Amino acid sequence: MFMRNAVSIFVTAAGVVALNVASIGLAAEAPANPVALGSAISEAQLADWDLIVAPDGQNLPEGSGTAAQGQAVYQQQCAACHGAAGEGASGSPALVGGSVSTTPPLLTVGSYWPHASTLFDYVRRAMPPTAPKSLSNTEVYQVTAYVLHLHGVIAEDFVLDKNTLPAVQMPNREGFTDVSGN
Amino acid sequence: MDSKHNPEYVAGNGLIHRRHLLGLGLAGIGSIAAGSALGADTGMLSIPAWSKTPGNGPSDYGAPSPFAADVKRLAGGPSATAPGSGVSRTPLHLLRGTITPNSLHFERHHSGVPVIDPAQHRFVIHGLVRQALSFSYEDLLAYPMVSQIYFLECSGNSGANTVATAGDTNAAAIHGLLSCAEWTGVRLSTLLAEAGVTDTAAWITATGADAASMGRSIPLSKALDDVIIALYQNGEPIRPEQGYPMRLFVPGWEGNVSVKWLTQIKVADAPAHFRDETSKYTDLLPDGKSLQFTYPMGVKSVITSPSGQMKLLRQGIHEITGVAWSGHGAIRRVEISADSGRTWADAHIEAGQQHLALARFRLPWQWSGAPAILQSRATDSRNNVQPGRDIWMAGYNPANRYHYNAIQSWSVSAQGDVKNVYA
Ligand code: HEC
Repeated sequence: MFMRNAVSIFVTAAGVVALNVASIGLAAEAPANPVALGSAISEAQLADWDLIVAPDGQNLPEGSGTAAQGQAVYQQQCAACHGAAGEGASGSPALVGGSVSTTPPLLTVGSYWPHASTLFDYVRRAMPPTAPKSLSNTEVYQVTAYVLHLHGVIAEDFVLDKNTLPAVQMPNREGFTDVSGN
Repeated sequence: MDSKHNPEYVAGNGLIHRRHLLGLGLAGIGSIAAGSALGADTGMLSIPAWSKTPGNGPSDYGAPSPFAADVKRLAGGPSATAPGSGVSRTPLHLLRGTITPNSLHFERHHSGVPVIDPAQHRFVIHGLVRQALSFSYEDLLAYPMVSQIYFLECSGNSGANTVATAGDTNAAAIHGLLSCAEWTGVRLSTLLAEAGVTDTAAWITATGADAASMGRSIPLSKALDDVIIALYQNGEPIRPEQGYPMRLFVPGWEGNVSVKWLTQIKVADAPAHFRDETSKYTDLLPDGKSLQFTYPMGVKSVITSPSGQMKLLRQGIHEITGVAWSGHGAIRRVEISADSGRTWADAHIEAGQQHLALARFRLPWQWSGAPAILQSRATDSRNNVQPGRDIWMAGYNPANRYHYNAIQSWSVSAQGDVKNVYA
């Protein structure tokens, strides 16, 4: 039989939590956390499942691609909505061109996004909207390179991979102030 | 009419002291009102049909009266290019009190509402932890839980009023990406402690199990403070539109960070810079720079009655009522003006939990039939005061639609028509 713990939680005005565990069972030392049901899992088990690619690029997959290779993927998978040259269409945003300083501004991957990692991350997890996660990692590298190339960020033969992508300098890299600490 | 019952005017254009809301105060003022909009019954009252025949028996899941069938969310149409993406808005002007019924809680989806079998859903904490852990829905149900009433507001709520011309719309259309519920769930700090965050950890990066796998980053300090993994909403399992079987709930912060259908928390040393914290949900400034990670929702209030597209059917006493909230704490004060901000009167604020929750305010108003501009202005427990529209607009690029918390103005015409205006 399990030891029964009476657990009461007080939330003070400041939002600080005090856990008060009164042991009703026999054991003298109540565990700090009365319930611990998480099952151990390894990062290796999460390799195909964890899609997060942060600016440090650490979780980028194997594979590579160039804009030249990405043109076909783009025309097939993206152009119907985002336009042949990434100019956008009704209901789908422009991906390239534009500027933050026009009136009104046109915010695109090229003119606004601070990190290339975000493009890889977002396209892999969410595009195309009708079949997200249907592209292979290679296709995501290729089409990412193509979109970056359409805005003139990288050359047509630039090889995008887990080493080169984090170093790509986006035009609006310095355009953001992190106010999370405020 | 004895003097005790004379209305005590406290600000211009007919605002009456809030004490008249309490006790018998209004009985006296009622005598100066012009009476019911429909006029008095003149004939004999008869017993209605529903008093002469038995009604329906109990049901397994309740539904509103057919006569209240218009109390619905304001749902946008389907998106042709992004299936399942879109919003529906809470009908604030049709609700009273502070709690949003689950069927009326606002929605914002980036790739539709997934149908998730809780038995197959997994929630994983990994990254900068001593031991990566996987939890089932059943696992989480066994943990100690907390229940707390919190508002949830989309960062883009009220953005409609940032455009150059005031739209002739109602309170739901402008401000309805706002709801308030009792959320019950497991403190994230409990689960992070079980996994054991390492010394270099500074952020959590969270994603949902929807088709967009929507992700957001949150500083570890907030994650360890009051963030919960919500499993219940107003006492029942959270609705699919709200993240069934589980969502992150981040009190006081822009709704988008309360990741629905939560499946992953990767503890990290830096934010992930997801698309929805770079391309979207960043606030463009006049100089073309942007603020990133602007999490708390600013102090705000809105009069929900009378409000846009309503019509006052008679002169005399009306109750001005609405909701106020702040992502920085509790509402301390709500002032009302009926003369476009020249004079203000303190509204009565209903008692109840107000920390990061909706507060309901009320004030009696004697409408003379003259045109009026009704406004409310909230102050929170950190002394943040809701700004006027001009001041708010001056702080941002005209294209910015996020974090608009300026004072709402409703004009009342001599005919009683209530309209959204910039004043
Ligand atoms: C069916 C139409 C459609 C197709 C096909 C499509 N997209 Fe999209 N895309 C959209 C829509 C709509 C959005 C906006 C989604 C939202 O805001 O939630 C979008 C958003 C994006 C964004 C983010 C833009 C921004 O400024 O935030 C990127 C990048 C993108 N798509 C890239 C691609 C790529 C690359 C492909 C091809 C692999 C693709 N899309 C295919 C419709 C489409």
